[in-house]
Order: sequence, then C-alpha cells, then structure tokens
Amino acid sequence: MDDSKCMVNIAKFYLEFTVDESCGKCTPCRIGTKRMQEILQKICDGKGEKGDLEKLEQLANNIKRASLCGLGQTAPNPVLSTLKYFKDEYTAHIRDKLCPAGECKALANIKIDPTKCKGCGLCKKNCPVGAISGEIKQPHKIDPDVCIKCGLCMTKCPFKAINK
Amino acid sequence: MEEKTVNLTIDGTKVKANEKMTILEAAKLVGIDIPTLCFLKDVNEVGDCRMCIVEVEGKKGFATSCIQKVEEGMVIHTHSPAVLEARRVVLDLILSNHHKDCLTCSRSGNCELQNLAIKFNVQNIEYTGEQSEHLIDDLSPSIVRDFNKCILCRRCIATCKNVQKIGAIDCINRGFESCISTVGNNSLRDVNCTNCGQCIEACPTGALREKDNTDEVWNVLKDDKKYVIVQTAPAVRVALGEEFGLPIGTNVTGKMVTALKKLGFDKVFDTNTGADLTIMEEANEFVERLKANRDLPMITSCSPGWVKYIEMNYPENLKHLSTCKSPHEMFGAILKSYYAQKNGIDPKSICVVSVMPCIAKKYEAKREELSNNGMPDVDIVVTTRELARMIKQGNIEFVELDDSKFDIPMGEATGAGAIFGTTGGVMEAALRTVCETLTGKELGKIEFESVRGEESIKRTTIEIGGNKIKAVVAHGLANAQKIMEEIKAGEADYQFVEIMACPGGCVMGGGQPIKSSKTRMNIDVRKKRAEALYTIDGRSIIRKSHESPVMIQLYKEYLEKPGSHKAHELLHTHYIPRVKYNI
Repeated sequence: MDDSKCMVNIAKFYLEFTVDESCGKCTPCRIGTKRMQEILQKICDGKGEKGDLEKLEQLANNIKRASLCGLGQTAPNPVLSTLKYFKDEYTAHIRDKLCPAGECKALANIKIDPTKCKGCGLCKKNCPVGAISGEIKQPHKIDPDVCIKCGLCMTKCPFKAINK
Repeated sequence: MEEKTVNLTIDGTKVKANEKMTILEAAKLVGIDIPTLCFLKDVNEVGDCRMCIVEVEGKKGFATSCIQKVEEGMVIHTHSPAVLEARRVVLDLILSNHHKDCLTCSRSGNCELQNLAIKFNVQNIEYTGEQSEHLIDDLSPSIVRDFNKCILCRRCIATCKNVQKIGAIDCINRGFESCISTVGNNSLRDVNCTNCGQCIEACPTGALREKDNTDEVWNVLKDDKKYVIVQTAPAVRVALGEEFGLPIGTNVTGKMVTALKKLGFDKVFDTNTGADLTIMEEANEFVERLKANRDLPMITSCSPGWVKYIEMNYPENLKHLSTCKSPHEMFGAILKSYYAQKNGIDPKSICVVSVMPCIAKKYEAKREELSNNGMPDVDIVVTTRELARMIKQGNIEFVELDDSKFDIPMGEATGAGAIFGTTGGVMEAALRTVCETLTGKELGKIEFESVRGEESIKRTTIEIGGNKIKAVVAHGLANAQKIMEEIKAGEADYQFVEIMACPGGCVMGGGQPIKSSKTRMNIDVRKKRAEALYTIDGRSIIRKSHESPVMIQLYKEYLEKPGSHKAHELLHTHYIPRVKYNI
C-alpha cells in the first residue's frame, strides 16, 4: 500500500465487507455499519459535507462499544484508524473536493497536458462518451461535464499526456 | 443447591440480589427502570436491540442488562453520559430504518418504540440513509404484516417458535437485508400459521396487527334493512377497560353493554349463553363417548387456532375433537334460526357481530362449514381492541357510562359460561354438567380448583359415581403438542382434554389489549383477567349451564335434547385435514 491508495476508499472497502458479513442481529452492527458505509460513499462521491466526519466518528465509537459481538465491535476500526492518521485525506475529499490519491473517480480531474499531446486522436477515438475534442496534430481537450472519469484515455495515450 | 445473594451497586444504590437475577431485574428491585425493546420476559431474552446497555466499572464495552447476570461487587451505571449517548445512537439507527408514519399507525400511543422516542426526546433523525421497503401482507383473514415498521426485535419469532412451537415466521437474509419472513416468503394465509395472534401481542410496534373489520360493522349499523345483533365473548369484558385506562382485570360488563347499545346494535347478547349451549352439547357428547368408550379422549374444540393446528398437524386424530362448534358460532346459528323464528325476523336480514378476544375467530367465521342454509353463523368478528376503537370513534365516554344489562332472553348466562375465557374454564364448566348428568345428583362443591391456574398442563382425576374420569387441561400450542404426542403414541390414559391455543386461554388472546414488555414483566396480566372471570362466576346465581332457564327453554321449545338431530344440524360441525403449506 502506498500513496496511490485513497485511505477513505480503503476504509469504505473494509466497511463494505462488514456490512456484507453482519449477521443482522444487533442494531448497531446491522444498521450502524450500513450508515457508516453510506457516509463514506458520500465522501468518495464528492458529496461530503461539513459535519460528516464528526457523525462518522460518533457512529464508529458507539458501534464499537454497543455491538453484541466481535464483528460489530471491530467493524469501525478501519474508519477510526484512518481518521486518526489520515484525517487530511478525508478533509481534502470534503472541503477541497479532491482525492489526493486520485482513486475516487468522482473527484478525479482528468486533464490533457497540451505540451505533451501530439494530437494523434487515439484518446478521442477510444472515449466511450465522446468527451474529447480536437483536430489531428493539435492538442486535444476533455469536456469535464461529459467526462465519466473512466480513465480509458489515460491508458490509451502513447505519450502519457493525460493525467489525473 | 442454595441460591446465593450477591451485593452490587446500581447508580449509587446498594442492591442485594439473587445471583440468578439479571442486571435488569436487580435494577427493578431498587426502582430503576432500564429501557428495553427486544426484551420480553421468559419469551425473548437475546439482547439484540442494545437499548438496555449499561456501564459496568472495570469492564470493557457495555453490559447487556436484560441477559447479563449480576455478580458480586459489580458497580453499574445505567445512565452515564457514554451509556446515554450510545442508547441515543441505537435509537436513532432504529428510527432511521423505520416507517415513521405514527399518525396513521394502529399502535400510535401504545408503541414501545414511540415511547422510547418520547423518553429520549428525539427531535430529528441524525443518521438517515437507505430504508428497507417491504410489501404489506394483508391476505390472511386475521393478521396484517407491515415489515416497514419492523425493528427486528424478534419477539414475534420467539413467540411463534418457542411459546407456540409453530415456527411460521423466522428471520431471513443477513445484515441490513435481514427481515422476518415465512416459508418461501409466502403470505401468512398460505403457511402453517394458526392465526392465534400471539405475535401481535408480542410486537412492540405496528409491524403486526389484526385485520380491521370495524368499517364493515359501521356499515351494517347504518343499514336499516339489517337487524344487527352483537355478542361479546367472556374474556372481552375483563380486558376492554384497559383500553380506557382502567386497571387490568376490571370487569366492565355493564359499561360495555351500554356502549354497544349506544353504538346502535339492535340487540346486545352474551356469548356466555353460547358457552352454556356448548357445554350442554359437549357434556352430552362426552357422556355418550364415555358410555360407548368411543374416540376417547375427547378434546374441546372452542379455540379456532387450536382447531386449525390439529387439522394441519394431527389430521389422523381429528376424531378426538369434539364436533361442537365454538360458542359464538353456536350462538350465531341459534340467533338465525330459533331466535329469528320466535321473533318473526327474516334470518337473512340478521347480521351477527361477534366481539372476541381472538383473531383466529375472524378466520373461523369464514369457514364454509360453519353456516346453515347458505348463511354464515357469524357475519363479522371484531376484537376487543377494535371494539375499543369503535367506542372511541362513537364519541362515547366509556369510563363515565352507567351499567346496563344484556338483552333478554339470550343475554342471561350462567357463571359456567363466564369462565370459558380462561384456561381450565371450559373443562370446569363441562365437569359441572357432566358430573350431575352421570350421577343425577347435585354437586356439593362446584369449583374444580385442580384445573385452575397457570400451570402449563394440568392433570386431574375426578370420581363421578364410581367412575374415575381423568382430565387434562393444556394451554398454549407447545403444550397442546405434548398432549397430541401422548395421544399419538397411545399413552393417553385420560378421557377428557381441554386445549386452548393461547397461553392462559382467551383472556390472553391475540385480540386483547396489547401490554408492553414492562407491564408483562411487572404484572401477571393473565392472573388478573382470569380472577375477574372467576369473580363473575362466583357471584352468579346460576353456575351450571344445564340449570340455565334460557337453555331449558331453548331445548324445550326448539332443540328437544342435547345431541338431537336439530342440535346436530345447527350446533355441530366437522373438520378437514389441511396441508400446512398451501404454496
């Protein structure tokens, strides 16, 4: 794991696991982990709001203490530890609408570097939603309103001119 | 082994408690009321809702007070800031996945979840998100299931599976997708549900309720062409008052009759008279079977939940079931024949409304075989709870009402009819008549105390004129199952069996006022309601069905004698083996 991994996304991944694994018997684990996952999803989708982190932390602490078994009592740990050591990443998602690791697609800002682009048109040809425009041998452009941030253009560009 | 007493401190108060007590019970000793939601004494003690959590000094996490036993030296805090915060979060989470349409919910005002929301001053729901969506199952003639209001406390499952040993419902899926379901997620109508309604009594919210038939009653009351007769079961009168704030077990017969008259019923009769008639027929049937030593033991057939249970589970033993219809069905049949004829009323214009403590009666009334000349014996069945609702909608100040008497002649019942509403009552009433029929002599003491009380299976031997009759009384379907297994195995050495589907009998029926978990923990509801019925019996002038002037006249003028051809036509029925799963 390195800085190419988004810690919010990692926490969400673990939460998805516990939401799936919860047996559904006790309230904090059954509904609480689901609500935590929903908040994390919201943050990853760039819809995080002020107050979400406080809510998340309060929920996590109470699920930890009030759950019936070990699954619920440990389910919030990935959230609590990422909140402790990587709070700036959470803040960047919510306040700056930015995913520092570039993993959260909704927050990714894919751009073509005009100095590197040779205008080969490969990205334009491969874009599934027609978000890229430009003349041959001229630098191309991505329309951010159309772009679905799938990243296909990045993999197709032979000049590494497209970056997040 | 001697039970030890342990010393502990709860919220700064020193408590001496039996070592077998839970923290919740120990707290009760010193007047500390820890909130609960999934807990139902002796029925559901699983600790899954997490409302009852408390802090124990030196222990990691919270303790679940409804299941954790007390220990020597425990120091417990039931309302520390941490506990209060966790409880609020738990309550918030439950509410976040609950259809909060309290204004249109049948349990508003008597909902344990609503009471907790008030107690914790919930102003808004903090953690909103996805809500489970379920279709409402209202196909059963008795029960409506709305799982959008279910909080997964599992009290209904525990009741159905452990108390009644039916297991018609259980939890399916896991995590957030968990929900209570039936086999193949079919309607309760099509699975092994007996319609006893004990699940409704256990539900803390409005997820389970009776099918409401009050609109039908209002409509027939308005119809001038209908002659609407209402009859009320014995157990209704000792519970109806609770819906108007009167203490549990208050006998409100007089007020109830006044209210029914005010609501506009043409005649207000007593199902106890029907019960007297049942005894006349059932006692005669028993004596005949006893003399011929045929199809013994004979089992009572007054409880429609029990009848459906035996039809589904022991179809090969249906011959043991008495062929007598249940009291309100018998009474309905008599009202549409003898009574109509005598008073020159067209039986087709008569609408019989039964007020019952039971929701299985709603199902029973729809059985095709319980009719005569194409007319159902009983047209509409409403429960005690529905009657209370009608009285409120009828703008009647129930508590202020004066007493009235049932209409004559069909409203004069004996004390034997009254005790039909409690476990052992049918047996006792029947024995009073059986004894005198067999010996031809008057009984000295007519109370059969050995068949009274809460014991799950009561066995007794009675000597009648040299004959020894062994009788068994069982209540609750789990106990009924034990008896049926004995009969199936050929181990039954008894002749007469009374079975009621609900634990405690009709006084604790699925249509009675719903009591919260707290009330059920603190008060023996069954005992109080049953005592009220025994008091009615004790104060009655006539306490044996065969001495009832109404019965004597009815048989003289119309039915000739118990078990006559006419009686069989009107008052007896047959049973049908049923499949458990109609899917």
